[in-house]
Amino acid sequence: MSKMTYESAMEQFDPVFGIEVHVELNTKTKMFCGCANEFGAEPNTQVCPVCLGLPGSMPVVNDKAVESAIRLGLSLGCSIRESSRFARKNYFYPDLAKDYQISQYDEPTSYEGSLDVVLDDGEVFTIGIERAHMEEDAGKNTHVGGTGGIQGASHSLVDYNRGGVPLVEIVTHPITGAGARTAEVARAYVATIRDIVKALGISDGRMEQGSVRADVNLSLRPKAAAGEDQNAVPFGKRSETKNVNSLRAIERAIHHEAARQADLLLAGQPVVQETRHWHEDTSSTTPGRSKEEAEDYRYFPEPDLLPVQPSREWVEELRGTLPEHPAKMRVRLKEEWGFSDMEMRDAVNADALDLIASTVAAGAKPQAARKWWMGELARTANDREIALPDLPVTPEHIAELQGLIDEGKINDKLARQALEGVLAGEGSPAEVVASRGLEVVSDDSALEAAVDEALAAQPDVLAKIQDGKVQAAGAIVGAVMKATRGQADAGRVREIILQRAGVEG
Amino acid sequence: MTDWTRASAAQMVAALKSGEVTSVELTQAHLDRIAAVDGAVHAFLHINGEQALETARGVDEARAAGEELPELAGVPIAVKDILVTQGMPTTAGSKILEGWEPQYDATVTRKLREARMPILGKTNMDEFAMGSSTEHSGYGPTHNPWDLERIPGGSGGGSSASLAAWEAPLAIGSDTGGSIRQPASVTGTVGVKPTYGGVSRYGAIALASSLDQLGPCARTVEDAALLHEVMGGHDPMDATSLQEPVPSCVEAARQGREGDLTGVRVGVIKELSGEGYQAGVEQRFNEGLEKLKELGAEIVEVSCPSFEYALAAYYLILPSEASSNLAKFDSVRFGMRVEKGNVERTMAATRAEGFGDEVKRRIMLGTYALSAGFYDAYYGSAQKVRTLIQRDFEAAFEQADVLVSPTTPTTPFKLGERIDDPLAMYLNDVATIPANLAGIPGMSLPSGTAPEDGLPTGFQILAPAHEDARMYRIGAALEKKLAEEWGGPLASQAPELEVAK
Repeated sequence: MSKMTYESAMEQFDPVFGIEVHVELNTKTKMFCGCANEFGAEPNTQVCPVCLGLPGSMPVVNDKAVESAIRLGLSLGCSIRESSRFARKNYFYPDLAKDYQISQYDEPTSYEGSLDVVLDDGEVFTIGIERAHMEEDAGKNTHVGGTGGIQGASHSLVDYNRGGVPLVEIVTHPITGAGARTAEVARAYVATIRDIVKALGISDGRMEQGSVRADVNLSLRPKAAAGEDQNAVPFGKRSETKNVNSLRAIERAIHHEAARQADLLLAGQPVVQETRHWHEDTSSTTPGRSKEEAEDYRYFPEPDLLPVQPSREWVEELRGTLPEHPAKMRVRLKEEWGFSDMEMRDAVNADALDLIASTVAAGAKPQAARKWWMGELARTANDREIALPDLPVTPEHIAELQGLIDEGKINDKLARQALEGVLAGEGSPAEVVASRGLEVVSDDSALEAAVDEALAAQPDVLAKIQDGKVQAAGAIVGAVMKATRGQADAGRVREIILQRAGVEG
Repeated sequence: MTDWTRASAAQMVAALKSGEVTSVELTQAHLDRIAAVDGAVHAFLHINGEQALETARGVDEARAAGEELPELAGVPIAVKDILVTQGMPTTAGSKILEGWEPQYDATVTRKLREARMPILGKTNMDEFAMGSSTEHSGYGPTHNPWDLERIPGGSGGGSSASLAAWEAPLAIGSDTGGSIRQPASVTGTVGVKPTYGGVSRYGAIALASSLDQLGPCARTVEDAALLHEVMGGHDPMDATSLQEPVPSCVEAARQGREGDLTGVRVGVIKELSGEGYQAGVEQRFNEGLEKLKELGAEIVEVSCPSFEYALAAYYLILPSEASSNLAKFDSVRFGMRVEKGNVERTMAATRAEGFGDEVKRRIMLGTYALSAGFYDAYYGSAQKVRTLIQRDFEAAFEQADVLVSPTTPTTPFKLGERIDDPLAMYLNDVATIPANLAGIPGMSLPSGTAPEDGLPTGFQILAPAHEDARMYRIGAALEKKLAEEWGGPLASQAPELEVAK
């Protein structure tokens, strides 16, 4: 157990961190073959001689993946190399079909960029990007028996569907100066990358499915004495925590690692330079490979592929297709929508911005769209333990639902029932309203009859109202709503009650 | 009755067209010949008799029905076991792939099927094409039909020996440092390494990707040209394959046979002669030069000083790439598996048992050469030498249209003679390796037999990249002149093999 907290570690040490983000591209086919790039198919059904690494097979570069990688590089402010090369990264592992990974090494497509990330309080932090390079993903091992890890497993199964899926790996320069805000900056950085790849349309950005994955490097160094330059203090030994796959986990991994390293340093023990595994359940890390036993990947240029040489014209053409930077877009949307800081932040954190934007685009008012997605729908997603975008309801549905309310066809309560129907797959809101008979009763004669009946049944209440205790009308409203199965307009019912009682409200 | 195994592919094409012979007859004749002599030669690792006859029957029926057929339809062919063939075992001469049946066809295999050529079988080779003698096959050596105690060259000894033994009229080879040309030279046959990228490598089990090239093996230059045109052309499955159309090799060969080389400048590479070259090899080479002169060619001497480093550079680049290419033989998805507790130990045990010594030697060399801290000194320096060799060729091709040399410094050595001396074996490829390093095309054709041992000698012609047709023209001219003297292809002078009953 750590004795230090993140906060106390930050008081005593100066943190330096760096992040490697892997983005899975959403191209139709894999990086080097024609197999489908889709998540969730039956194991080993999206494979061919190339991505299985069968003897004799050869890779061919997917041009669409190159296009995506260049657009991402441009979005990160990177320079695009006129000629970049693929290289082989050699290591033996069963999920790596060829026993080498085709990646980029000394000549990445995109290099030297920078990205502004906006923290919750509006402070802007600039992150230096070292490179963004293309590579292929490996397959997936499943260890059977034991605890699910490779230790103690009776055997392992390999699924090569993911093998050869195109990735872009974005590597930052070491990031200094974030101090106690390190965890926040790290989280905001990954969130910004996620938002950028979604805005570019080059990845679904789904961290829970592994479409965006992060490795977090962290080291601590002594704080510079007063008046001394912090940047003159050498970096400490770093740990690299692999596969941190949610925004919350990024913050927590940094909290954990900072406290763990501070404990070691204060006890006079060295921090070992090593990779560490992240454990979501315990919010902690355990050691992986140390630098001493790190593999030599024997990189060399991939002789089966020609260099990637995007023409300057093409690069400029792609630059013209870049979407607005997510941070800028947020400022604009917040203004346009009239959201408070808190409302905006919650929407961003819930990954609801796109959904709200689409709902607004489909005709709903921004606040109404926000209330649906951040209220009823967020609760439903939470109950079902799925992500908001995975709910079986579209922004168009929500806009339609809100439209029905605005037209007075249904009230809020009926709208929730209609939404239930939509979520149950019964059709669009209008269809559910029709099929379930949810429309508001707006026919005054029907309402008058119901009011008269209720008043007759409760003469004591009528007397109270006539005595001036107007709030007693609530009981009659309730009875009428019950009699009409909630389909009456409560406001109109109240008016009728008061008319009938001979008092004006 | 005609012995069709003694005919050239071009003669077979004519006879098939005229109805003088059927493809079934041709195919059966070769299968019979294989049955009779392959026990002694061991050119084949797998014989594909039934499928070959089925293809032949299809061709005969199509021809009878008046269908239009590809030029070489019905002419049987042998395929080096480096090429993956669906429905036929493919081992690349290695025990590690014993019993593996590929799930797909190489592009060249597909082209042979589309050309409707009966595939007689898969030919023996040094394991993963590493070797110059076929002694490094996991399945035992191939014997040279000229002298069964001698090597047939390598790595494609099986393909060339099958031609010299009249077991096949055509064969597929692969040439990484001379594996088509050196076996052609020592078996008295013809072999061509096309320009790098001229023939798709898709489905050819990779040795060294930046050097490997598939090519035709035959007994005559014209036959090689016919096969070259079937094999070649752009392939979207091979990113390094050239975009240009297949060169007109057949037309060039036929033009060459007209015998006029006036105005052609032939450059003799100074560095590929002298010390280490057998007297009879040099004698036949010089006689070849005289013939070219008689045909009107001008002979000039050129110098390629960087060739001195070619062998050293080659033996860094090849093992480096091979160490990576051969990593996939890990027992997980295909081939041999030696179970040893966990996956790491299983991979190691499989590779220890499945690979032969020469393969292990080169994997270790390559792994070392690519290691951190050594990369620049070894792989990096070798790539620089490669650039220098390319420059030597560029300068030489300014002075000459084609460059020539003996294909190999000596006639074939005895089986076992150099098995424990890899350097001596490597030296056999000194003249062929530069072409692979530069990506240019090369051809070997017979120049005769050495007077001292009566064994075949080879004449190498090199042309600039993309100019494959040029060497067909000059090769065919020289071949015709020599054949007039010999009274037919050199292979006819080989001693008759004892036929098994």
